[in-house]
Amino acid sequence: MKKEYVYRSFERFWHWMQAALIIFLGITGFEIHGSIQFFGYDQAVKYHNTAALSFLVLIVFAIFWHFTTGEWRQYLPTWKNLRAQAEYYVFGIFRNAPHPTKKTVLSKLNPLQKLVYAGLKVLVIPVMVMSGLLYMFYRYPQRYEVLGLNVHGLEFIAIVHTIGAFLLVSFFIAHLYLITTGNTVTSNLKAMITGYEDLSKEDVKGDPDSEINEPVYSK
Amino acid sequence: MKRIFISLLALGVFVGLVTTALHNNSTENTPLAKLNEQYARKTKPSVDHSLFAELKKKFTKPQQVTAACISCHNGRAVEVMQSTHWNWERTEYIAGKGIRPLGKRNVLNNFCIGISGNEQSCNRCHIGYGYSNASFNFKDSLNVDCLACHDNSATYVKAIDGAGMPDPSVNLNYAAQHVGKPDRTNCGTCHFFGGGGNNVKHGDLEQALFDPSRDVDVHMASDGPDMECVDCHTAQKHQMLGKMYSVSSMNRNRVQCEQCHSAMPHESDILNEHTYKIACQTCHIPLYAKVNPTKLHWDWSTAGKLRDGQPYEEKDSAGTDVYMSIKGSFVWGKNLRPDYIWFNGTASHYLVGDTIDPTKSVMLNPLFGNYDDPDSKIYPVKIHRANQIYDMRNRYLIQPKTVSTKAGDGGYWKEFNWGRAAEEGMKQIHLPYSGKYGFIETEMYWPINHMVSSKDKAVQCTDCHRRNNGRLANVGGFYMPGRDYNPLVEHLGVGVLVLTLAGVFLHGSVRLAVSRKRKKVK
Repeated sequence: MKKEYVYRSFERFWHWMQAALIIFLGITGFEIHGSIQFFGYDQAVKYHNTAALSFLVLIVFAIFWHFTTGEWRQYLPTWKNLRAQAEYYVFGIFRNAPHPTKKTVLSKLNPLQKLVYAGLKVLVIPVMVMSGLLYMFYRYPQRYEVLGLNVHGLEFIAIVHTIGAFLLVSFFIAHLYLITTGNTVTSNLKAMITGYEDLSKEDVKGDPDSEINEPVYSK
Repeated sequence: MKRIFISLLALGVFVGLVTTALHNNSTENTPLAKLNEQYARKTKPSVDHSLFAELKKKFTKPQQVTAACISCHNGRAVEVMQSTHWNWERTEYIAGKGIRPLGKRNVLNNFCIGISGNEQSCNRCHIGYGYSNASFNFKDSLNVDCLACHDNSATYVKAIDGAGMPDPSVNLNYAAQHVGKPDRTNCGTCHFFGGGGNNVKHGDLEQALFDPSRDVDVHMASDGPDMECVDCHTAQKHQMLGKMYSVSSMNRNRVQCEQCHSAMPHESDILNEHTYKIACQTCHIPLYAKVNPTKLHWDWSTAGKLRDGQPYEEKDSAGTDVYMSIKGSFVWGKNLRPDYIWFNGTASHYLVGDTIDPTKSVMLNPLFGNYDDPDSKIYPVKIHRANQIYDMRNRYLIQPKTVSTKAGDGGYWKEFNWGRAAEEGMKQIHLPYSGKYGFIETEMYWPINHMVSSKDKAVQCTDCHRRNNGRLANVGGFYMPGRDYNPLVEHLGVGVLVLTLAGVFLHGSVRLAVSRKRKKVK
């Protein structure tokens, strides 16, 4: 059994920090939106703003890390095996078929992950950051020598921000579930916690009935 | 394990740093403390008027008091005669109507309607002597009633139906010897009782303010800064700051909270930002008519019922008039949540002779403003509705003669004949009366400015930022977080979430089922 160091410490820190912030932003955000009541409105606004700024700081570090390590290439979308991966989730997974792509340290993400994560990184997160900053700093009208963005109204900004929020919650639900579709139900989770994963078990074209591929859904 | 620990530690430090950096630690509250201290110091008159020989001579006529005042305070009466308190009229620009004289002298309201023909009674509250009809001499300085505003002995009262003359019981010498800066008694005697009784008109100005608790008014509270009206309604040369949109239309000469509190007085930036679009009053006057009820609806059309040929009154269990033969029926309200509107400080007015659409409620003083107008903010108002007399053929509001000073003059409160009251009243404002009257629904908007609550009682975030029944539920033109949403986005968003969840459960169940089956087969 050979364990490989797949997720480095910053990567894991970034992932869990981001997870915590997105959950927190989701709760406080939907309280501001009027959907739930939890912290109290004024607290929710304060927390949301603070968490948002923390997220911005994290994003700056994450971008730096991605470029200095070259890890950004992991997210380059590809057509290759995209269809196979989709078919795996729709059919193969039930037949205990092997994963169509092999997870390696150099290629951690399957084609669907690449697509979805790239979408988050270049579309959803930037849109949320931009609309969030506009939300925070728009002023109408500018008064009392306070500087702000003289945006006439909040409606468009708020609606865009809300759409992004719904997408992120939806991603979050799917993500939580898809964690369980690794080599074993918990292997992905363990890897993201410890950094190490036994990639040798990952059998791409093995015998579907082999011992190795036995999923451990129930004990 | 070590790595997990380090990650958690890093996370903790990160969150800690960011929260500390963003947390503003200033809790100094000196501006408010300074104001409290400043207004707690009460000034005393610099001279003792009771020692002046001029004020010891026996006064037999109130004009003699005025003459005595002017003999030292020369020029002051001229200032008074330039004031709105004296002229009951000022030149105002009304959008769409141009520059017009506007004031109690010529506007109609939906309470006692108007002074024309009724001066003998209404003009008890004029700061002059003998304004009993339209031909009153506004140029005679001896008719200025100094005591109405400057008597500090609380013994000076004007006679009922006396056109501003003092009550015969008043000791003019005593009052004249106890003069000073106007106090609440001077202002409140008229301003608390407008419309024919306590708190009838404003809702936020009433006799409870003579001695209010902090809960009623944080500024005037006896157990607080105990401020006088004139502490905010300051005056320069007898020109008082402040006015009401029942009798004015321009954005000028207003008392502003900002005079003392600055435009952004909160510790919280978010609250300060609210001041771009929200008037102070909107959050800080959560309720009005806190002690005694104010009139919300006045139906003149039911007036005139008599018992055994005599007018009568009916009161509710709380002792409030609900019906008076002379005035009709009333609806009152207490502890009221204000209505809210966009307001930029300008208003229009119904002017005598303006034609109306009898199918609609007539707004007598529409207040202008909307979100898109940078000068507009959301303000609290009291809306007073009435059913009042109008000329059905000429399609304008009628100034009825209500007060009767002599038999057969048409005064409704004696004769109970609307036709006669309309005929005689319209003569006073020089407009023809067709002979056919009806009653029409009218509305007046009264901005709420007094009865400021302490900050712990102020309107809270979720009073407005909520999906349903928020205070600003009917204030439109903008997107408010917590209240507003796009229904399509909301439905699609929830739909996507439901589909995702359903997909996850379906996919998971099938996986589970297949895996169990496979295990059994094995």
